Amino acid sequence: MSKKIQKKSTFIDMTAMSDVTVLLLTFFMLTATFVQKEPVQVNPPQSVSEIKIPETNIVSVLVEPNGKVYMSLDKQPDRAAVLQKMGEQYNVQFTDEQVKKFSLLSSFGVPMQVMSQFLNLSTEEQDKQIINLGIPCDSTNNQFRDWMRYSKEVNRDLVIAIKADNNTPYPLVKDIMETLQDLKEYRYNLITSLKSMPEI
Amino acid sequence: MAEIQEKDSGGKGKQKKFNVRVDFTPMVDMNMLLITFFMLCTTMSKPQTMEIAMPRKDVNKDEVTDIKHSRAVTVLLGRNDKVYYYTGRLEKTDYDKLDKLVETNFSGDEKSLRTLLLGRNTEVVQQMKELKAKKENLEIADSTFTKQSIEIKKNKESPIVMIKASEFATYKNLVDALDEMNICNIGTYAIEDITSGDLRLLNNVDPGAGYEVIPQKK
Repeated sequence: MSKKIQKKSTFIDMTAMSDVTVLLLTFFMLTATFVQKEPVQVNPPQSVSEIKIPETNIVSVLVEPNGKVYMSLDKQPDRAAVLQKMGEQYNVQFTDEQVKKFSLLSSFGVPMQVMSQFLNLSTEEQDKQIINLGIPCDSTNNQFRDWMRYSKEVNRDLVIAIKADNNTPYPLVKDIMETLQDLKEYRYNLITSLKSMPEI
Repeated sequence: MAEIQEKDSGGKGKQKKFNVRVDFTPMVDMNMLLITFFMLCTTMSKPQTMEIAMPRKDVNKDEVTDIKHSRAVTVLLGRNDKVYYYTGRLEKTDYDKLDKLVETNFSGDEKSLRTLLLGRNTEVVQQMKELKAKKENLEIADSTFTKQSIEIKKNKESPIVMIKASEFATYKNLVDALDEMNICNIGTYAIEDITSGDLRLLNNVDPGAGYEVIPQKK
């Protein structure tokens, strides 16, 4: 009797695999905090401080090495309200569409004079242009001060976070801090990356 | 690609048992793609922060408390990541003394700022070590730890550090200096404007760096 070789099915049961991937996916979805898009890449310096930044109500100030300043607010209604107030201050009218577009931007840093044109651009164009702009914060034209003042007016609970690059010259950060001191804001969070505590 | 297998059950041929197997491979593919997306787009660790409080600008002269000069340490952040310190008060007669200003660093070796501050702050450091050990053994709660560490840092003998950054200092230097305060458990420190006297000292030790420029006062 010749034994017939049985043909085995190559079908692999993927149900278990699927279970695992769904679990992983759920984990990632629940723990996800999305990377905020920043107009420029900054490397914050390291520190041993282990204080975590609060999750909501932050207004963060980004200072890049060449002194350009960008800001971001974490709540969309706040962004819209602040833009309206800035518009009144600088006599710029914004359409509803522009306000909506602005409130969708994760961070902003454009002089008020060109804000209107800027908001009409496509997202790609905006990303390209914002690198060369930044909020003016010199003593004669301190729009940063106004942004900050109105942000605080709109939302009293905002915590100020300053994120600057390793190579940002100190005077630039000092100017920002002095402006904040003028606005009677004395407590800031300096954003740093973690380094381990040395043995002492 | 669900596969339906037919099996004969008995010889009657009427009742047929269906074994329904669904192929999950595309489902797994899709999940894997989604996982990849979430992994790439999320930040797992929240950024750390360092909390600082700046002094008020509108302080009356009467409210300013004088400190013992022996407790004062002034840290100057110079050009090219150089760090210097001097202790005590800066008198006019000190301006041209070359040994007033001592070069230091943030590394942790014996010439570093850390060694100096730890040496001057032994009592607090010792107490903080004990407190941290207690916290790690879960003998005290976090809130008690914070409260007690504030009390400990109020020590009357521990140094008071003034950090003065020249216009050539970078943000990293400042954060490093503040970090050193954390490491050495310094309770009282402040970021202050650099004075012309400080600049003069800096210029004495490093004449080529161009420190003589007096920063603008607002």
